[in-house]
Amino acid sequence: MISLTSPVRTRAHDLPAALKLGALLVATVVLASVSNLWFHGAVFLAVLGLYILPGRLFFSVGIRRLFILWPFVAGVLIWHFAIDAMAEGAVITLRMVSAVALANLVTMTTRLSDMMEVVHKLTSPFARLGLNLRALEICLALVIRMIPVLGQKGQLLSQSWRARSTRKPRWRIVLPLAVCALDDADRVAEALRARGGLMDVQKE
Amino acid sequence: MEKTVANVALFAALIAVLGIVPNITLGFGVPITAQSLGIMLCGTILGARRGAMAVLVFLLLVALGLPLLSGGRGGLGVFVGPTSGFLFGWVAAAFVTGLIVQKWRQAPLTLVASVASIIGGIGVLYAFGIVGMSVVLGKSLSEATLLVVAFIPGDIAKAIIAGLLTASLARARPASLLSRQGV
Repeated sequence: MISLTSPVRTRAHDLPAALKLGALLVATVVLASVSNLWFHGAVFLAVLGLYILPGRLFFSVGIRRLFILWPFVAGVLIWHFAIDAMAEGAVITLRMVSAVALANLVTMTTRLSDMMEVVHKLTSPFARLGLNLRALEICLALVIRMIPVLGQKGQLLSQSWRARSTRKPRWRIVLPLAVCALDDADRVAEALRARGGLMDVQKE
Repeated sequence: MEKTVANVALFAALIAVLGIVPNITLGFGVPITAQSLGIMLCGTILGARRGAMAVLVFLLLVALGLPLLSGGRGGLGVFVGPTSGFLFGWVAAAFVTGLIVQKWRQAPLTLVASVASIIGGIGVLYAFGIVGMSVVLGKSLSEATLLVVAFIPGDIAKAIIAGLLTASLARARPASLLSRQGV
């Protein structure tokens, strides 16, 4: 599956995922609590610098992912121009763009397996409270495995709809797709049970 | 246990598929996808607890970096952006929708599931979404409400579709409607 990780390997890939996530958490809290325009301007330039550092390809891919924010940036700036509070508008947009850019940066430089490792560590204390960690991990893996399977069934359903009708299928194939999901769930549950189930493994 | 895990996983996958298969976009002029329809169906079909778990698993995978949101979005950025409130609201939306379908059994299922989807999938969801938007964009709650009000008619249509789909599933295969299986 296509992931959102960076097309080029950067030095940030070698940093521990937990460290990056912790730093992101601190950065987001700081960004939210400071309202100084110069501070936010400096942070934005620093973030931009982080995007430029790994090279041109990384920069263009990273910046393209921030473009989805433009309607909000435009909306806030126009609004604050209209009420004559440009400085406040600039703080809000810079804060928003920097926060999203930093979060995307962590996503781009952290492999899925490293992220999973952090989830495993963070959830393991809950195992004592009765959370079935193995069930959670199997569940996550199952979703990743079943998305292409279910996606293909969706394609087939819309193809067969188009063979029967000139109109687009739209929501009419959602129900058969949901039925496919329920049927697959039955079969997967059976297969899990046939392989020893999830409860017994936990007890061992 | 295995059944719950499998249902949660498959419905999390269903939400993803409804967001990425381009043929399932609903056409109302506005580019809206069926992904929020998937959230409503998680509640109406799986029930409160399992529905919310499916949404939670889906969001966890989005946070881990998979581009599963409509338009191929994903990663940690979407959880701090202006629409992040809606993502957090999805969990509560599926839970409330499912809870209403589980508890309210006196009326026809089409009506129950539609009303449940409107209360959970619009009322609860927009409450979270509007608060999130007002925080990130530094706007008052009423200003943030104005920004999202244009999306409500499309979502009402989706809620009614969710009601119709749930009722036809119950007619065709009553055993599949886990929200009404006495759990």
